[in-house]
Amino acid sequence: MATIASGVEEALARARDPAAYVCDDQSAEVRVCGGSACHSSGRMAVVAAFAEVLARRKLTGTVRLVETGCHGFCEQGPIVTLWPGGTFYPKVRPEDVEQIVEASVVNGGAYEKRLYRDPVSKERIAYEKDIPFYREQGRQVLALNGRIDPYSIDDYLARGGYSALAKVLSDNAPEAVIDTVERAGLRGRGGAGFTTGTKWRFARRAPDDVKYVICNADEGDPGAFMDRSVLEGNPHSVVEGLIIAAFAIAGGEAEVHGYIYVRAEYQFAVERLHHALAQARERGLLGDDILGSGFAFDIHVSQGAGAFVCGEETALMASIEGRRGMPRTRPPYPAMSGLFGRPTNINNVETYANVPWIVLRGAAAFAERGTEKSKGTKIFSLTGKVANGGLVEVPMGATLRHVIFDIGGGMPAGRTFKAVQLGGPSGGCLPASLLDQPIDYESLVAAGAMMGSGGMVVVDDSTCMVDFARFFLQFTAEESCGKCVPCRVGIGQLVEILDAICTGHGELADLDRLERLARIVKASSLCGLGQTAPNPVLSALAYFRDEFVEHIVQRRCRAVVCRDLVVYRIVPDKCTGCRRCVQVCPTGAITGPRAEVHNLDPSKCIKCRSCYEACRFDAIAGDAIVIESMGERNA
Amino acid sequence: MQGFSGNASDLVPVLQRTQAVLGCLSPDAVRRVARWLKLSEADVFGVATFYAQFRFSPPGRHRLRVCLGTACHVKGGVQMLETIERRLGAGAGETTPDGEYDVERVACLGCCALAPVVTLDDDVYGQMSVLKLQELLEEHGRRGSGSGAAEPT
Repeated sequence: MATIASGVEEALARARDPAAYVCDDQSAEVRVCGGSACHSSGRMAVVAAFAEVLARRKLTGTVRLVETGCHGFCEQGPIVTLWPGGTFYPKVRPEDVEQIVEASVVNGGAYEKRLYRDPVSKERIAYEKDIPFYREQGRQVLALNGRIDPYSIDDYLARGGYSALAKVLSDNAPEAVIDTVERAGLRGRGGAGFTTGTKWRFARRAPDDVKYVICNADEGDPGAFMDRSVLEGNPHSVVEGLIIAAFAIAGGEAEVHGYIYVRAEYQFAVERLHHALAQARERGLLGDDILGSGFAFDIHVSQGAGAFVCGEETALMASIEGRRGMPRTRPPYPAMSGLFGRPTNINNVETYANVPWIVLRGAAAFAERGTEKSKGTKIFSLTGKVANGGLVEVPMGATLRHVIFDIGGGMPAGRTFKAVQLGGPSGGCLPASLLDQPIDYESLVAAGAMMGSGGMVVVDDSTCMVDFARFFLQFTAEESCGKCVPCRVGIGQLVEILDAICTGHGELADLDRLERLARIVKASSLCGLGQTAPNPVLSALAYFRDEFVEHIVQRRCRAVVCRDLVVYRIVPDKCTGCRRCVQVCPTGAITGPRAEVHNLDPSKCIKCRSCYEACRFDAIAGDAIVIESMGERNA
Repeated sequence: MQGFSGNASDLVPVLQRTQAVLGCLSPDAVRRVARWLKLSEADVFGVATFYAQFRFSPPGRHRLRVCLGTACHVKGGVQMLETIERRLGAGAGETTPDGEYDVERVACLGCCALAPVVTLDDDVYGQMSVLKLQELLEEHGRRGSGSGAAEPT
């Protein structure tokens, strides 16, 4: 034992490149966020500007320019942090770079004008750690996101990466690893919340000479992007977690192979993952003899081809096997008979990324955070009508209010909180009265939502709850694989009823029909997709029933969203006759000579919104065109 | 077809590679993939039609994608799609009659902070409005296959 142990530690020491740059927070570094949102807001030009300025000032050798993974504060991209210290610059434009380098690199201070301004206190904040968005979080899985170069295994190794794997291999006690993960209380972060250690034990106990471990990175929920950010920002943490799981399940007993099933749309993630795997193989962290321990394991990347249902484990396995991605009944559970009929363990990205932390620091340390039944932290992607959207990692049991208001900075100026939608298309909408709800698996389900993968969309009074429910059901109706009748037909029927209500053709009896049908679909669908698809409509009915009633009885949509229930109107007192709306109207519905009040013919209006926008942004009057609910006018 | 074992489990990656090379899955390509993997054509079509990624007609010259994820829905993504449909005569999943644009609807592009989002080829246009989108299409149409019009965000 002792010889294996010292051998593994030595092998890990050799895996480190002695000439490599030591990534800590002490050296001079410019870290530009390379996450997808920052990329979309123009980080390439920012990187180029830094490279140019650093070269011109002959700083290239002393200051390291690194493109990191997602910093998480996506609302503020492109984000740049300067180290040591962690001076934080949001929304950086190439023309700011010269001054930023001058102030922060050369003079060691800050370029005051471009520092982050807190929306609440209106003060400028220089350091990342002092910004409420970061200060109020408890980053464990995301700790290295934005800190390291995802393309450099040496960055990860320098921060203690793969030492959990070395520990597991040198202890050579797979059952003990499972015990640790079970005692930590880690539960699946993909949504269902099954105890990870227990799942691993089932797979270990299943007798077979070949086993599989799969990482589910088929993150399909609209509005959820935490798995992608982990894969893009710190791919080695997932790889390390997966190797540890493989060893725990099969070490010393069976042959084991790994798969990471990732959405093809996540190009950056796929690329960084392939790169990380190649590096791990090169350094002896994957392959026939991992760190000289004799344990053999490798990982294959499978790219999804665009099917939401493949997030369901049995559908995902069918897809890897080259078949239509349709779920099947369980049992047998994957732990008994999974991929290619062999015992298989499937966990989600975030679950695996938690594993190295637990192995290194112990079950007790992990279980310190969280609630009685939900341990550790959870990452949420906070979006919608919130001041500071982005990736938020908080201990389980934090309240919705803490996440939305303390971390997210609350509603943008002038907006009123209406609801928060949790858990994507399988989740539900919770109203303001439940803001003090602690976030853990059981409480959310009890409230009619669910943890899901961790999408959190904040909406204000400009969102119609009936339309919102219809949106999610349309999504699941389209993504239903069609195998079982309740899901294929039932969700379609729910959409039809919601359509009727949104277009003013609903009747009060529809509300009972919706509820009854929703419960049938939930109870009788084959897989998680159908079993959870009615949640949005059930929670909307539970908390926002009056809006449904208004649509039906008054034909009124108070959020002026449902098109058939709104009219466009010109307010004569405000119209200056600038003809801007006349020019943009695609159907000629608006007429009138210059400098006279225009006329809008409702029979020609297709409610395309062009005139409304033109009036607000280009016109002299500003807000002469209004969208009103029909019910409002009749009343 | 290097790097594939020729097993039926390679079907999805083989189709992905085929489409990457040919632009779409033509009946001939499907026949050849089927023969190579020792599957029936029906099996191959069955799998290919299940996944949204695969297409069976040649792609347009430009790829116009409208995000209809939750955040974009809330901020008016549907109106972006309608604007495109009205101006270009092609709705989601269709190619314009002149073969210029593929119009696609996607569930989430993952840059929700920029909603509503439209992408044209590799450029991302965030915080769109009906008018901004019309301008973009007009500019782009005028320049033909030239570079993007308005500054991408």
